[in-house]
Amino acid sequence: MKPNCSVDIGGISLKNPVMTASGTFGYGQEFADYLDLNSLGGIITKGLSLKPRAGNPTPRIVETCGGMLNAIGLQNVGVDEFIARKVPFYRTIDTTVIANFFGTTIEEYAELARRLDAIPEVAGLEVNISCPNVKQGGIVFGTDPAAAFAVVEAVREMTIKPVIVKLSPNVTDIVAMARACVEAGADALSVINTITGMAIDLKSRRPVLANITGGLSGPAIKPIALRMVWQVAQAVEVPVIGIGGIMTATDALEFLLAGATAVQVGTASFLDPGAAGRIVREIEQYLVSEGIGDVTELIGALKV
Amino acid sequence: MQFNSLVISNVELSPGYWRMRMTAPPPITGSKPGQFLMIKVNGGSDPLLRRPFGIFDTGAMVTEFTDCGSQSYLEILYKVVGKGTAMLAALHNGDRLDILGPLGRGFTPGDPAGEKILVGGGIGLAPLYFLARELVTGSRVRLFAGGRSREDILCITEFERLGVESYVATDDGTLGDRGFVTQVLERHLATAHNATLFACGPMPMLKATAEVARRHNVPCQVSLEAYMACGMGACLGCVVKGKDHGDNHPDYRCVCKDGPVFDHCELLWEKGEGGHS
Ligand SMILES: Cc1cc2nc3c(=O)[nH]c(=O)nc-3n(C[C@H](O)[C@H](O)[C@H](O)COP(=O)(O)OP(=O)(O)OC[C@H]3O[C@@H](n4cnc5c(N)ncnc54)[C@H](O)[C@@H]3O)c2cc1C
Ligand SMILES: Cc1cc2nc3c(=O)[nH]c(=O)nc-3n(C[C@H](O)[C@H](O)[C@H](O)COP(=O)(O)O)c2cc1C
Repeated sequence: MKPNCSVDIGGISLKNPVMTASGTFGYGQEFADYLDLNSLGGIITKGLSLKPRAGNPTPRIVETCGGMLNAIGLQNVGVDEFIARKVPFYRTIDTTVIANFFGTTIEEYAELARRLDAIPEVAGLEVNISCPNVKQGGIVFGTDPAAAFAVVEAVREMTIKPVIVKLSPNVTDIVAMARACVEAGADALSVINTITGMAIDLKSRRPVLANITGGLSGPAIKPIALRMVWQVAQAVEVPVIGIGGIMTATDALEFLLAGATAVQVGTASFLDPGAAGRIVREIEQYLVSEGIGDVTELIGALKV
Repeated sequence: MQFNSLVISNVELSPGYWRMRMTAPPPITGSKPGQFLMIKVNGGSDPLLRRPFGIFDTGAMVTEFTDCGSQSYLEILYKVVGKGTAMLAALHNGDRLDILGPLGRGFTPGDPAGEKILVGGGIGLAPLYFLARELVTGSRVRLFAGGRSREDILCITEFERLGVESYVATDDGTLGDRGFVTQVLERHLATAHNATLFACGPMPMLKATAEVARRHNVPCQVSLEAYMACGMGACLGCVVKGKDHGDNHPDYRCVCKDGPVFDHCELLWEKGEGGHS
């Protein structure tokens, strides 16, 4: 018998626990030649802002040991262009689409939530809080529980769609951040965004990235992501989505054991555009070979 | 497309410069000159990302890997500059590679009546050879090749075998004229008719070529390089500034998807050293 792979994230029923991470899969269409988009549990869009954003100067990316640093600077087409040009494609596919977005003020977050709430093709919202608050000296929303609470509360008021908050790992106490977001009304949490890092070129004595620092992703961050997912899953009642260095089904299943209900595949799609589809198939094969009838049996099944 | 490939041959042409031939599915022969490949140089996660390489040639041949009929193949020309290219250089006949491609937009040949002028520097000659092979069937083709030293001037005999007339300049004068190839190009353009330029090479050379094209009002396509993670327009790591770029109206183009070949008029050529960012 075919095992059950579907999971529920704050009211959104996913075909399977494997989604593609924001900023690593374009708007989805770019990858249609390399995998069956309908086989995915979900697609998270590139991060959207109210106005189009240029992003940072180059170099914007650099490979590091077991990972990569990026300082793309959240370049995106803006929400209007997204609605006009990208959303129509989602009518042609049968996959859950979740819109990732960010703002630089609480008002921007709220306005984006209001705009995206009206789009039927968008099943849920993923709020990226790893952005500086321009009104408060650039302190990153996602590193201050009170600021995160305020953002999530404002978003919550504007939408009836499930709200997923994507946490920044660049904090001392990830559990405090998680609790603040859930209290403010988050239906689920995505853990984690990239970890701030830097690379230096000895020869020129300059930072490699024009932005000096960037976000680390890829296999190098998996142990940190697993630890944070585990801590957060213990502390909150809402579903957790595990993200960070997932390259294989084994990686994905480890996140489930740690307490994640679903996962997102990020950097892996850059080296293997079909990675997320392959992981879906491998998870199903694992369940069959282990005689597990329902993938949800694995969620939080870590033996400690 | 994404395909597994077997190395057919891997030869060092000149110190540090290698030419590799590998198997590819038949549609590879429909690749356009200027398009590129993303190659996973090994199976593990070090290096993690694929490496981009222009297509040097494609064709079909009988190999030991095929039971019957001919096997389509592709070739790349590469320079060993770091970890990934050093790993490529260590591969032998029969080794496996995982390849994505052909990717990006290639050169547009244009009206065959005019003279086609290729401007290449160092490893930039790789995609120009593939282009020359296509252009010589209908047009007069000239090559202006530049490099630091004679070791950096590759495959000139291959170009000449196609009937391409070539001019060489090196920084140290060890082959051809001493100086920049764009100076020779400029002299030639003064008398050329209905010429089109196709350039690939280091950024300072591309910049100088675009400047020459602007002064002489001749069409010019340039093939750019940039750090890239995905090669398909998803990571937005490899962007360059387009002609309409400004602080309040961003115009960024992806080298991988909108390029790597651009009409020089489409780009914002900034002044200063290193230049294009
Ligand atoms: C569209 C495109 C086509 C290319 N075609 C060819 C080709 O036909 N033949 C060829 O030899 N090379 C080509 N390159 C450059 C080639 O991709 C790099 O030299 C290669 O990725 C270096 O890998 P590495 O691991 O050996 O070096 P690394 O260890 O990663 O880096 C060593 C040095 O190489 C340079 N470098 C690394 N990656 C890139 C990159 N993506 N673009 C530019 N410079 C880089 C940097 O200066 C770096 O300091 C192309 C690049 C692009 C973007
Ligand atoms: C190039 C790049 C761009 C990204 N853009 C976004 C973004 O726009 N919004 C967001 O919330 N996360 C963004 N991320 C973070 C990823 O969604 C993911 O959280 C992170 O890369 C860790 O997962 P991974 O190790 O599987 O890549 C980006 C990551 C990369 C590498």
